[in-house]
Amino acid sequence: MSDPILTLSGVSKSFPGVRALHDISLSLQPGRVTAVIGENGAGKSTIVKILTGIYRPDAGEIRVGGEQKHFSSPRDAWAAGIAAIHQETVMFDELSVAENIFTGHMPTGSTRLVDWAEMRKKSAELLKRIDAPIPPEFKLKRLSVAQKHLVEIARALSHEARVVIMDEPTAALSANEIDDLFRIVEQLKAEGRAIVFISHKFDEIFRIADDFVCLRDGEKVGEGPISSVTEAQLVRMMVGRPVDQVFPKRDVPIGEVVLSVKNLSNATEYADVSFDLRRGEILGLYGLVGAGRTEAMQGLFGITPVTRGTVSLDGRQLSIHSPSDAIAAGISYVPEDRQDQGAILSLGIRENVTLANLSKYVRGLFLSRPAEQEATRSLGRRLAVKAANWEQRLGELSGGNQQKVVIAKWLATRPKVIVLDEPTKGIDVGSKAAVHDFIGELAQDGLAVVLISSELPEVMGLADRVIVMKEGRIVDEFKRGAWSAEQIVGAATGAAKEAA
Amino acid sequence: MNAPMQPPESRYAVLDAAPRRARDILLRWEVILVILLVATIVVNTIVSPYFLDVFNLADATFNFSEKAIIALGMALLILVRQIDLSVAAIVALAAMGIGYAAEAGFGPAGLFATGIGIGILCGVFNGFLVTYAGLPSIVVTIGTMSLFRGITQVILGDQAKTKYPAEFLELGQSYFIKMKESGVSWLFIPPIPLSFLIFLVLTAIFGIVLHKTATGRKLFAIGSNPVAARFSGIAVDRLTFLLFVVSGMLCGLAAALLTARLGSMRSNIAIGWELDIVTMVILGGVSIAGGVGSILGVFLAVLTLGLVTFGMSLNNIPGQVVSVYIGLLLIAVIAIPRIADKLGLRTGR
Amino acid sequence: MKGFVNYRELALGLILVVGVAAIGAYQPVFLAWENISDLLTETSVLFMMALAQMVVILTRGIDLSVAANLALSGMIAALVSQYYPDTPLLLMILAGVITGLVLGLINGGLIAFLGIPPIVVTLGTLAVYRGMIIIIAGGDQVNASEMGAAFQAFPKQVLLGLTSPVWIAIGVSILFWVFLNLTRAGRGLYAVGGNPVAARYCGIDQKKQEMLAYSISGAVAGLCGYLWVARYGVAYSEIANGYELTVIAACVIGGVSIGGGVGSVAGTLLGALFLGIVMTALPVLQISPFWQMAISGAVILAAVVINARAEKRPEKLILPEARRIGRVRA
Repeated sequence: MSDPILTLSGVSKSFPGVRALHDISLSLQPGRVTAVIGENGAGKSTIVKILTGIYRPDAGEIRVGGEQKHFSSPRDAWAAGIAAIHQETVMFDELSVAENIFTGHMPTGSTRLVDWAEMRKKSAELLKRIDAPIPPEFKLKRLSVAQKHLVEIARALSHEARVVIMDEPTAALSANEIDDLFRIVEQLKAEGRAIVFISHKFDEIFRIADDFVCLRDGEKVGEGPISSVTEAQLVRMMVGRPVDQVFPKRDVPIGEVVLSVKNLSNATEYADVSFDLRRGEILGLYGLVGAGRTEAMQGLFGITPVTRGTVSLDGRQLSIHSPSDAIAAGISYVPEDRQDQGAILSLGIRENVTLANLSKYVRGLFLSRPAEQEATRSLGRRLAVKAANWEQRLGELSGGNQQKVVIAKWLATRPKVIVLDEPTKGIDVGSKAAVHDFIGELAQDGLAVVLISSELPEVMGLADRVIVMKEGRIVDEFKRGAWSAEQIVGAATGAAKEAA
Repeated sequence: MNAPMQPPESRYAVLDAAPRRARDILLRWEVILVILLVATIVVNTIVSPYFLDVFNLADATFNFSEKAIIALGMALLILVRQIDLSVAAIVALAAMGIGYAAEAGFGPAGLFATGIGIGILCGVFNGFLVTYAGLPSIVVTIGTMSLFRGITQVILGDQAKTKYPAEFLELGQSYFIKMKESGVSWLFIPPIPLSFLIFLVLTAIFGIVLHKTATGRKLFAIGSNPVAARFSGIAVDRLTFLLFVVSGMLCGLAAALLTARLGSMRSNIAIGWELDIVTMVILGGVSIAGGVGSILGVFLAVLTLGLVTFGMSLNNIPGQVVSVYIGLLLIAVIAIPRIADKLGLRTGR
Repeated sequence: MKGFVNYRELALGLILVVGVAAIGAYQPVFLAWENISDLLTETSVLFMMALAQMVVILTRGIDLSVAANLALSGMIAALVSQYYPDTPLLLMILAGVITGLVLGLINGGLIAFLGIPPIVVTLGTLAVYRGMIIIIAGGDQVNASEMGAAFQAFPKQVLLGLTSPVWIAIGVSILFWVFLNLTRAGRGLYAVGGNPVAARYCGIDQKKQEMLAYSISGAVAGLCGYLWVARYGVAYSEIANGYELTVIAACVIGGVSIGGGVGSVAGTLLGALFLGIVMTALPVLQISPFWQMAISGAVILAAVVINARAEKRPEKLILPEARRIGRVRA
């Protein structure tokens, strides 16, 4: 093997309350694709951000071409020949393709004025190199997601990047678009660049990668040539712990149907989503990121308009046009994006807990603080929220405790059905266990639970039944005891058909 | 990692409220404003013997009460991340309506109703464009500011409206309680002008609604995080719309009080008020980023600004020099904590 | 440059041409060169002020202090002319520009380094700058008789049928176009306003960009301060009172998005020209000048509605069939 282009050794990174990476070492070879795999929150994105100069590691070193580097800004990483295609496109919608490629290093002539002709020429060349006939003067907002990715690749090439990082580049692409992308990856490989490829989809990993690195809870748990492992081995490595050990499934009698969803659809995001949900049941909703699970559940909850389909609760058909309709009917939705959609960080715990059903705490004309405190105390204790006092601002709590408060807010509405969207995303292991335990308790109390999760052990450990969504539709359903991790992942990625 | 997790049964001791610490109380915005207010009074009392005269002070409230009434509505709008720059133009349009209604023979009640009615209509227009059409309020209200005042100018030209019923004009200059009427010599009741009394009553109502009711809590939630507020079942658009209507209504009320006090109106009435009012609100501690503020703060800022203006006018300091002081005050009260933060952080590391 | 004018600007330009032609057909005097020259002279300050404001709005900011800055800088220039009448004209103008620049730097410093919201900072400095005029001038105004002859004559000089303020506005517009389109710093303004996170990923320093924007805004206000005072022959504290909102209105009509990152020199000039035409056409048409404000208000609202329709949020394309349609559309 030739000398590595880039090596990380002993890299660690922590955030308040979370250890994101611990003692990670890896090396990237020229002309090889290294797949970095792991569940959500395993530390993949943190590695990307360290490599691109957005985060600085707490410990460890980065060497590029044998030389130690300290990246204090994204510019330093570029200068060292590292460029990334980020998961969420960080680009400029209102600017032209050419500018998106060259912002930060536009070509200037002897007059120090931007040489547009040169910039467009170079852009066209770069795009042509990856066989992407996008006119450089087009505004970026006119492009599809796939085309935006191509522009990002052209941007990486414009830096003469020796290391190209692709963070879930296929998440929003169709099969043809993925083929195009992989052709370009092969080409970059042939040019002697090192590629870091991050993906959840095993079929893609086995198709494109040469090596793999597997992460779990911020630690490296495996690496080697991709040819040395099977898909089943990788899944086990990623998931790690034997499932049943951590998630003591409570034995809950399952009652009558509470929620019945029929053919829920909207124009572009999901179609014909149908399922029944029973009292005491935990229904896992599994799928890849961007499979339409969140969108469908937000439609159910009245956040976005639904074009077709019906929702019945206890046999009565509901008409839900806003979240307050859903809350009134007895449906709660704990959103995935805690910072933006769930928690109100600048308000206190009490104010957050009582927010979704404030009218319950009104005595006469005014809010009763004792009534609010009473509810906050009892829910806060039930969820084991750790705080100095119930007036403490949510922004001062750890991610896990914020999430507990958000769940408390939804329980305060006394729902019959609760939808939990990635309830343990980005929270520490201790809080995770508390939340898991609590989900079981909810079912025991007779609630019907929908659990959206991208973490397979979580779904398999807690759910009585799992439905799998792919590209906006339900593609499969599994019952507890009659499933395997490989089957579920296969259904979500589409790999199952080939295996079968 | 593989050890089974015990469900955390242990309850953390969590207090109902944070223990009160002197430092936190002293750093509250309202306390800073009280200190500022007291300083204003002390300095002015030393400089001018006429300052601490009850009658002078009562008279001084005439000059800011109408703006202060509008500031209450503006405070709620800024709290929910909106702004209404058309307030002064609404005052002009409503005042013109009052002028025509007075010529048509309306009595005081009818004139107030006319003003308030026009104000509400203007508020509905603003609210509709901001919430249902989803446009940024700063641009919408710059537009309606021109539109409302423009309509006033088109209709009125360079005319003035000067015919008002005597009872109406009486209201504009009247005191709710006159010195002589209190009768009892040992009980000192200061004279309170009607407009100031209305401001006091509205302050109490707004304070209670904002700080004690479910609606008020919802406004804080919207201002802090509109998306999370919507996810929590709060009708964000409906409440925002309502606040624009309330703002318009208060402008109409202020227009009636102002016309009654001045006894005449031209199309340039109340010009430039929007910036004075926004200044009152921001100095009152309402954050332009939303979600932070109190009616008490706005009340104290109104008094401080009113007394600064009054004190300086007693000393024949021109109005625009007063505005230098007010502008510096506005920037200083916001900049100083940030500078302190920056220095604090630097020594901390 | 391709994309020098987009469809929006073309439409606005067309409306203006049709409007002017219609007015001219009704009152041919409107199309007389003298009238057009007057119109451009009257609007020259607005052209420049709107361009400077656009630069600030591009960064997601706003500068409400521009009119006060104009008045204060104009007063300084007038005072230099009054007390040091022998100063070369260029230095007098420079006095105004430098005053404006310093005032702009104060705004920029408070916004970029203390992180105070632009609307709060410039609302405060608006009051301070205007009040400073009274303090500096001792409450007096500087009249035409007190200003130097050259000082006042310059804005009235005519070259090739256009007055010097128009030539200055043309020069400034070209400078803005070059700056915004052909320099890295100028493009950086679009990047910072369009997507601050992405701009950071590209290594663009937001604070530096903000300082730059407010300095430009200040310096242009200073230049316009001189032109205003010299042309009207009087400097006092009430000059251009409320003018900041006219300037912002010109930007909005010209398609500058208050959300940042969107705006062009051509559009902004057209927005300013629109307001200028409304102002000069009314007397020609014997319509009361009192219509001016109502018309600009209605136009601002129409412009915002049109801007907003262009910026609708796209839905996510998850379903395969929706993605196919999405590809065709792109």
